[in-house]
Amino acid sequence: MINNINYISSLAIPLTMMIIILYGLKEKKKTFDVFLSGAKEGIEIVVKMLPTLLGLFLAIGLLRSSGIIDFIVDLLTPLTELIKFPSQVMPLALLRPISGSASMAVAVNIMNNYGVDTLVGMITSVIMGSTETTLYTIAIYTSCVRIKKTRGVLFAALAADIAGMVISVFICRMLS
Amino acid sequence: MLNILWPVFIILSFIYAIITGKVNEVNNGIFDALESAVELSITFLGTISLWNGIMEIAKNTSLINKLTNILKPFIKRLFPELKHNEKANQEISINIIANILGLGNAATPLGIKAMKTMQEDNKKNDELSNSMMMFILLNTASLQLIPTNVIAIRTSLGSSNPTSIIIPVWISSIVAAIVGVLFVKFLIKKGKK
Repeated sequence: MINNINYISSLAIPLTMMIIILYGLKEKKKTFDVFLSGAKEGIEIVVKMLPTLLGLFLAIGLLRSSGIIDFIVDLLTPLTELIKFPSQVMPLALLRPISGSASMAVAVNIMNNYGVDTLVGMITSVIMGSTETTLYTIAIYTSCVRIKKTRGVLFAALAADIAGMVISVFICRMLS
Repeated sequence: MLNILWPVFIILSFIYAIITGKVNEVNNGIFDALESAVELSITFLGTISLWNGIMEIAKNTSLINKLTNILKPFIKRLFPELKHNEKANQEISINIIANILGLGNAATPLGIKAMKTMQEDNKKNDELSNSMMMFILLNTASLQLIPTNVIAIRTSLGSSNPTSIIIPVWISSIVAAIVGVLFVKFLIKKGKK
């Protein structure tokens, strides 16, 4: 079962790439030229992202090395034990809805500390992959039409995030 | 938001470190943080460029139209009030496809367009309509087919199997999305009373 899941997981990237490139060939596109123009744009994205990453990695790194994160994790342990949520992942769960790059910095920090391929590392990865920056998304989409009455969509989105996080923990526990 | 959090995080850390006598650790922490930010950016340089290039090919083919057709029945069920609004349907589908393919940069402007189209039909224009609520929820759910960023992070940290998370990510994204959709349906029902 675990082997099958790993196998299908590892097929996802090759299959996606193959289907897209075959489609390009079928419709007689200059696949390589198109690829290059997209890739070039990708480099710009990363270059623009670097300052943000630097700033946030710094802030998160300081929180970790000063011992504040451990202090908060210790405080939260009784609560997280109650719901069987690993307390090491708690900083990520708290920051994830607020900021994409800050949660990325926390995720890297957690995986650096507890290992990528450990249970904690897996849970961190799955949470990062299956949730979004909820608050930011809601802010963008409501402000572009100047709407202030959101009828509780925030709670729906946060409920979805919490469900995603709980399921992530559950699946990773099952697989490990 | 980060204009508040960022300085607070930094100042608090320094104060806490000075009180608990961890100044040396904090000094090392600064340089470790910079190093891992640069390391991750180098990995991203490869993966983000690769996926951006591949998805550029997808954007240039009829694949997008094909996927839009596959999505139609779902859109119909999730947005019953937009039955006769062809334009909104189209914009919503393209936004969702862009999310699924991981075209984050393309998805947001498309989503804003869709919101504006829905606002034209909105009876109370200071309040989100049912369709807008559903649309925002779908955008806060992570529908990305391949979680490329996480795979890149795992690769840069030396994971022995960076892609092993894909299926678990799919499962928890789907569960999260279902919970969110049901919650929004509940809010819509409650609003009717």
